[in-house]
Amino acid sequence: MDNGLILLIEDEVQMVRFLRITLKGHGYRLIEAVAAAEGLIQAATRNPDVILLDLGLPDLDGIEVISQVRGYSDVSIIVISAREQEQDKIRALDSGADDYLTKPFSANELLARIRVAFRHKMLAQSTQKQQVFVFGDIRIDLSTREVYLNDTEVHLTPIEYNLLAVLVKNAGKVITHSQLLREVWGAVYANQTQYLRVYMAQLRRKLETDPARPNFLINEPGIGYRLKINE
Amino acid sequence: MVEEGRPDPDALLAQVKQQERLKSQGKLKLFFGAAPGVGKTYAMLEAARQKRAEGVDVVIGIVETHGRKETEGLLTGIEMIGRHSIEYRGRTLYEFDIDYALARNPTLILVDEFAHTNAPGSRHKKRWQDVFELLEAGMNVYTTLNVQHIESLSDVVTQITGITIRETVPDFVIERADEIELVDLSPDALLQRLTEGKIYIPQLATRARDNFFRRGNLLALRELALRRTAQRVDEQMQSYREVEGVKEVWPASERILVSVSSNPRSIHLIRAAKRMAVGLRANWIAVHVDAPAKVKPSKNDLAKLAEHMRLAETLGAETVTLTAQKASEELLRYARSRNVTKLIIGKPTHPRWKDKLFGSVLDDIVRGSGDIDVYVISGDMGEPMPASVAKSRKRRPLMADVLRSVIVVAVCTAIAEVMEPYVAPADLAMMYLLGVVVMATRAGELSAFLTAFLGVAFFDFFFVPPRYTLAVNSPGYLITFTVMFAIALVISKLTVRVKQQADAARKSQQTTAALYSLSRELVRQRGIEELCSIVVRHISDDLSCRAVVLMPDDTTILKIVTTGADTFELDQKEHGVAQWCFDHRQKAGFTTDTLSGASALYLPVVAAAEALGVIGVLHDPSQEFLEQGQLHILDGFVNQTAIAIQRILLAEQARHAILKAETETLRNTLLSSISHDLRTPLAAITGAASTLLQGDVTYQAAERHELLQTIYEEAEHLNQIIRNVLNMTRIEAGAITIKKQWLTLEETFGASLNRLSERLKDRAVEITLPEDLPMLYLDPLLIEQVLINLLDNAIKYTPAASPIALCATVKDAWITVEVKDKGPGIKEGEQERIFDKFVRSSSKAGGIGLGLTICRAIVTAHGGKVWAENRHDGGATFKFTLPIGKQPSMPGVEVEVPD
Repeated sequence: MDNGLILLIEDEVQMVRFLRITLKGHGYRLIEAVAAAEGLIQAATRNPDVILLDLGLPDLDGIEVISQVRGYSDVSIIVISAREQEQDKIRALDSGADDYLTKPFSANELLARIRVAFRHKMLAQSTQKQQVFVFGDIRIDLSTREVYLNDTEVHLTPIEYNLLAVLVKNAGKVITHSQLLREVWGAVYANQTQYLRVYMAQLRRKLETDPARPNFLINEPGIGYRLKINE
Repeated sequence: MVEEGRPDPDALLAQVKQQERLKSQGKLKLFFGAAPGVGKTYAMLEAARQKRAEGVDVVIGIVETHGRKETEGLLTGIEMIGRHSIEYRGRTLYEFDIDYALARNPTLILVDEFAHTNAPGSRHKKRWQDVFELLEAGMNVYTTLNVQHIESLSDVVTQITGITIRETVPDFVIERADEIELVDLSPDALLQRLTEGKIYIPQLATRARDNFFRRGNLLALRELALRRTAQRVDEQMQSYREVEGVKEVWPASERILVSVSSNPRSIHLIRAAKRMAVGLRANWIAVHVDAPAKVKPSKNDLAKLAEHMRLAETLGAETVTLTAQKASEELLRYARSRNVTKLIIGKPTHPRWKDKLFGSVLDDIVRGSGDIDVYVISGDMGEPMPASVAKSRKRRPLMADVLRSVIVVAVCTAIAEVMEPYVAPADLAMMYLLGVVVMATRAGELSAFLTAFLGVAFFDFFFVPPRYTLAVNSPGYLITFTVMFAIALVISKLTVRVKQQADAARKSQQTTAALYSLSRELVRQRGIEELCSIVVRHISDDLSCRAVVLMPDDTTILKIVTTGADTFELDQKEHGVAQWCFDHRQKAGFTTDTLSGASALYLPVVAAAEALGVIGVLHDPSQEFLEQGQLHILDGFVNQTAIAIQRILLAEQARHAILKAETETLRNTLLSSISHDLRTPLAAITGAASTLLQGDVTYQAAERHELLQTIYEEAEHLNQIIRNVLNMTRIEAGAITIKKQWLTLEETFGASLNRLSERLKDRAVEITLPEDLPMLYLDPLLIEQVLINLLDNAIKYTPAASPIALCATVKDAWITVEVKDKGPGIKEGEQERIFDKFVRSSSKAGGIGLGLTICRAIVTAHGGKVWAENRHDGGATFKFTLPIGKQPSMPGVEVEVPD
């Protein structure tokens, strides 16, 4: 069984032991690096499918590792860190990380995020772009710009649609507030989080059964939003 | 009274303080000579070489060899600091580089020519100020000085040699020297050296010999130098005796008072007083009596006076300004109150008839002096010189005075004309007296005098028969005129005087009022920044200057603490001046002797010998700078500020101490709580894990799963505890900053329920939200934490599967959030207490007792309130309120995509 190649850059022995057992048990091949320098060489030479990166490395800050890797590769980077301050998460995501997990996390959570990463990689590689996405009772067709809930078309405003489209294209990943605002409204609006709040609320009201307890349009407090998908 | 033979405790204390201060400072050695060329620099360099040979780190700061070969020879081998070049009016001047010297910080530094005046644009006006800064930095300094440069002797030297000395050093500067070495050379030997060209090049030498270097001059100067050195030895002996308590030298304590005015002759009086004070080892006081003068003193006079008072101060006098109606009386009264034994006043220069007519101040003093000795020295009596009187009179717009007087007299005449049929002619004269009073109050003495004269003339012309001529029928009228004129003069004099007194009183009352209103406002302040802005506002209001307050940060670098229109910005240069002022606790900048090129004046804010900050004052360049009285107010402001700032700093220190003690208690409680609360889940984890690791027993799949589930859940529990402890620590340390964003409660509800989804699996959670939920400007993470903690409590303290309700209601400007459960409720009397640290509901153990404390800290920080209630139908409600602010700007309404 070979599900893909994962590069793990982590200096804590206990964490490495847990991750090694879990990941190998789920059929991934693993390269291990205990420092940033080593990790960067491995990333450049072994061409991994996903990188699991700890931010608190002994020789170089993890954020710097992200920027360096992003200099030449689109490989999925999932940050695993004990830093729980929101600025750290936003900084990592804005530097180009694909996802973020705060320690401690459960194996299920980690595996789910890794699966999302692999899916995105496959989508990016496939020559034919996926145009129709389905999650729960919701269906969205990017080619016709149509959205259906229980096979009934839902009318969205252009901004609501654009917002949903950005989330769908990045399904499963956290998108920061400023990334969303830039993509949908433009760079000038990067700080107007109230726009985002209002449109997210409208979207939820149109698409979710219980807007206060959403199943798909998930708020990541202080960071951004994620479209939750069930595998 | 001090017992005989016992040292004066105050003197001892002063001595100890002086020694303490000097200990950390460098030592100053003065190579002292009678004239240029006696070999001071040579002697200094030789001494320095000696020190160098002993291994001392010696550096030449600046030495002028004047091309003298012998001296130049001694320079070799000693490190020399490069000079600092200053551009001044197209010329390049080379000065001592004090900044480099401070950075180099040698043990001993040589700085030649103590009395040198630095080029404009240097840090200090005088080189001796540079030297003092070096001493303050702990360096030992060697320097050279000629006798003619000593301030108190400069006029004697001028008398001897006929040359005006411009470069002088104040006497206290010389008294600061730890050691004085007299470099002596007989006049004949000196003249020999001059002839040999060892002092100046030949052309210059000839000229020098005809002027300064005359044998008689040199003899006199040598005597002065020897005497000054001897006097210095005497002072040291005196000081030694005071410490050792030697009885014989306790002289009857003499105190000298010198009367100072704006007259240039006052300078002689001040110097004479200084010499006498030194000779008698007495304290001395320079006094100016501000009596209502016949002529208003000009700006120039006031500046002169201030200069004289400053001179007295640099010479070591205590300076006092008195206000009085009669100068002689006030002077004597003050002298008595201070136990003055000798009084020095100037010789009168005005003509004798003036004394006969108006009384002589000198006469009054001599007569009233009693047991005080009065010394009359050529000078004046403390009145402006006649020349300046004449000048001031000429300056006045005479025409306007005449015109006004004529108008007033004309009006008086008109009224008298109307009254004439009803009253006696003599009573009509009263009308004119009224006019005189009006002029005296409004226009001053000269106009009143004119009015009195014109009044008599008009009265004669219009009302005294024969009318419409100045001739008089009855000789009795001549007496009427004389009396009328005399009364007019007296009235005008009195009125003017009353007015002046009222003015003076008003002025002093203004000063007091300004200080009082400032101090009253300052007392109320608790924050430094508000306090400083009040000071700036007062300076701006009362003195029409812009001001700035700077205070040091942790690294003693000054930072501006005031903002607004009344304050001003400092560029790097100005900031440097302020910093110097702060570091040296001395005035600097505009109008001072230090860094006077700055555009603002900087005053140190000092309390209890500690510099707290600096106040900078910038005046409007189009107006005159502050006058003496205003400077007094400014000084008062600075003192008030110092006291107020110190009070706040002390209060802050006290608060920190309490906080520290509280933190200490908290830490102890926390440690004991943590050790218990962390061990409980750890015990479960260890137990479960070790059971699973045992090889000898095989467990059922269900049992294994349960053990694993325990490990997982308890680990989660540990994580929650750690998060709460961390949050609490951050809140206590003030490390949590509130990062507000626009949010809707709906999302925050969702996020917190999502976080707790595992634990809420089998609970019904009912959510009630109003339709038109407003947006709130809050920190989303902290509010989420509040909800999580409240929900967590509800889960922990209520039976499994009992429902929980979350609701929000809007009322006025507040939104109220409620977390309701169906548990046992809260015990009576515990509703308040459960929000305290480390308090757990007594029913069942759970977390560490910080959850609710954190909730309260967060909600309070957002301006809201949190509390607990029991529900009527069973269970508890936790409620918190949050303010609804102004709603944010929103994008325009959007149209939906057409089909």
